[in-house]
Amino acid sequence: MTTTFPTDTTTADPGAAGRLTQLDALESEGIHVMREVAGEFERPVLLFSGGKDSIVMLHLARKAFWPAPVPFPVMHVDTGHNFPEVIAYRDRTVADLGLRLVVASVQDAIDDGRVVERPGGSRNPLQTVPLLDGITAHRFDAVFGGGRRDEEKARAKERMFSLRDEFGQWDPRRQRPELWDLYNGRHKPGEHVRVFPLSNWTELDVWRYIEREGIELPDIYFTHDRDVFARDGMWLTAGTWGGPRADETVERRHVRYRTVGDMSCTGAVDSTAADVADVIAEVAASRLTERGATRADDRASEAAMEDRKREGYF
Amino acid sequence: MGTHATAGLTRPAPSLDGAAAGADDHAQRDLLRLATAGSVDDGKSTLIGRLLYDTKSVLADQLSAVERATAARGGEGGAVDLALLTDGLRAEREQGITIDVAYRYFSTARRAFVLADTPGHVQYTRNMVTGASTAELAIVLVDARKGVLEQTRRHAALTALLGVPHVVLAVNKMDLIGFDEATFRSISAQFADYARVLGLPAVHAVPLSALDGDNVVDRSVRTPWYDGPTLLELLESVPVARDASTEPLRLPVQYVIRPRTPEHPDYRGYAGKVASGVVRVGDELRVLPSGRTSRVVGLDTFDGPLDAADAPRSVTVRLADDLDVARGDVLVPAAEQVATGQDLVGTVCWLTERRSVPGARVLVRVGTRTVRGLLREVDARLDVDTLTVEQWDPVDTLHTIDATDTSTEAAPRSLGLNAIGRVRLRLAEPVVLDDYATHRRTGGFLVVDPADGSTLAAGLIGPTLLDRLVPVRADERDDDWLAGAGI
Repeated sequence: MTTTFPTDTTTADPGAAGRLTQLDALESEGIHVMREVAGEFERPVLLFSGGKDSIVMLHLARKAFWPAPVPFPVMHVDTGHNFPEVIAYRDRTVADLGLRLVVASVQDAIDDGRVVERPGGSRNPLQTVPLLDGITAHRFDAVFGGGRRDEEKARAKERMFSLRDEFGQWDPRRQRPELWDLYNGRHKPGEHVRVFPLSNWTELDVWRYIEREGIELPDIYFTHDRDVFARDGMWLTAGTWGGPRADETVERRHVRYRTVGDMSCTGAVDSTAADVADVIAEVAASRLTERGATRADDRASEAAMEDRKREGYF
Repeated sequence: MGTHATAGLTRPAPSLDGAAAGADDHAQRDLLRLATAGSVDDGKSTLIGRLLYDTKSVLADQLSAVERATAARGGEGGAVDLALLTDGLRAEREQGITIDVAYRYFSTARRAFVLADTPGHVQYTRNMVTGASTAELAIVLVDARKGVLEQTRRHAALTALLGVPHVVLAVNKMDLIGFDEATFRSISAQFADYARVLGLPAVHAVPLSALDGDNVVDRSVRTPWYDGPTLLELLESVPVARDASTEPLRLPVQYVIRPRTPEHPDYRGYAGKVASGVVRVGDELRVLPSGRTSRVVGLDTFDGPLDAADAPRSVTVRLADDLDVARGDVLVPAAEQVATGQDLVGTVCWLTERRSVPGARVLVRVGTRTVRGLLREVDARLDVDTLTVEQWDPVDTLHTIDATDTSTEAAPRSLGLNAIGRVRLRLAEPVVLDDYATHRRTGGFLVVDPADGSTLAAGLIGPTLLDRLVPVRADERDDDWLAGAGI
């Protein structure tokens, strides 16, 4: 994350702003959405996990309001099972950009008895309660998320502006038709709107944009040596969160992560990709979608994501 | 092609990007937004599944999930049910129908596609209108065995209403009629006639089988009589680059940027996306609705200043004078006479279960501006089934209608879910009134319920749109009428 002016202007071509490429069009759409939210809502917040999608979203926010600072805080839903590299990245970014960080903690929610630890150790499904509590406590009325419609079938129906009731629930039948670029964010007190500026991006678009913009990412996105063990066909990181079990063997491998999530359910893949260009080549040639390869909790059923969205998940 | 020539289309073979790593020229790739219209029975989900599958946009785990689901439903071994790639919500999977707009993504080396997959049943008119609102191209799907049906006419009419510039007629299930050329020609000619009445631009017709893949991505050996492009070749080659320099400039202001930081103590910039046209440094602009004028002294972006910005680029405009410009204002060329006013006549598609009520207090959203309004009356309604228009003399009475009664008879002058009609609105403040027929980027509006914020209707500014949809049989057509309708 550079905080100075980028000197390598690969996007703006002064005097020849003519035809927009696909990435230009997606960027412009994202900036437009950011500005709509800033213009229409009282208390927006941007969900920032230190993962590549939320990093790109923050980059768009910087572009949307430059030369003014980003006019809203960021919120991290902290599962307590984070990769240290990602937390370091988060804290550095927040400090560099002078952002206000709100942390919604799963551990606090467990300690307060608001949620109960699950037998498998996965805390991904537990994020919903602290997320909603955080939204309520800070009275956020618009919540930017990095969700993309290409990620999963239930998300293909998601709106750019997605209305949630006071329980954070997503009801596909209550979603408003979205026409042209007229996003309707009006809502009743207690309701809020989830906003997805990257709706129309694919995984490859995100990577190509990261490459084009020279955006820095946490190191775990690139190959490194790590102690991992196999579970459910994925390489998981050994750690205090509940692995490895007695019947699981730890080995050291060259791996990288395709997504950044809870340590207990985010798997690494064998990879030698050392930089963004390598990753793009790998993703373009990959025969596995992002979630399927690395998220244990999405495999439960064909309707898993739909059910969690209804409960107010991301 | 038989009906409309595909003049101006270059037809290189599609270059698939899907799994091709590395050295493609994706940096120059552009974006096409398209919508599909057609019913489940016409094989729409299968066609979309086929596009995704044959452009290698389906990855191994999605495919294996579909294979498992096919097997679980007792599908025959071998052929994967490609339709299952696209049916997202559980209710749909259980009922085997599509109930909402879903967005799909695929790409080639030349172009990336955002596809709005819209249900084809009559009761989902609103979804089709939604999908078509942002589309540069619509695929209208017909079953070769059934030809052009009322439903096909409906889809074409809605496509015309929303001003979609390119239309492709996909004549599907050609395998079930033995790839018969005469049938294809007759269906294409029939559709082309109707499209001409609607004022739709050149229609391209493609004979295909989504199930087997003929002429979707790969050229079929079973249609030797067809030398036109495959569906994907068409999608790749229709021109999407708008010549912004020929459009009138419209820049709705979204947000005022005032850093008030030590580095930028006095900076004031107006942030917005160029909706149409080009804005240049040095341009004399007028701020609407106030009418004040000033000159552009800077076009700022995070990546450096620009001399000019074409639609749809997001920029920040600095003006020479310290005007009171706010969100909701529109920047237009100072020399252009742009209509503004508080009386809005437009065609709306009613999007909600609650019927319209004459005299209802609503919010109207035009561009970035939201104003209070009064729904005065509905003075015409389109019968989407027969594509005829009922006209009523203006009365502007505020008689009460029982909004809970959903029968059409109960409310001859109101609109229910999925109805299309012409309305008159009185607004509390003036807005820019760009005619949708000529200003697709700025002529749309929303009608919003002030009580709960729900979107009641989507509208198109201008009095004449409905008139174009009245069908005229080919033998009654008279070209003077066509000319008069602005076609």
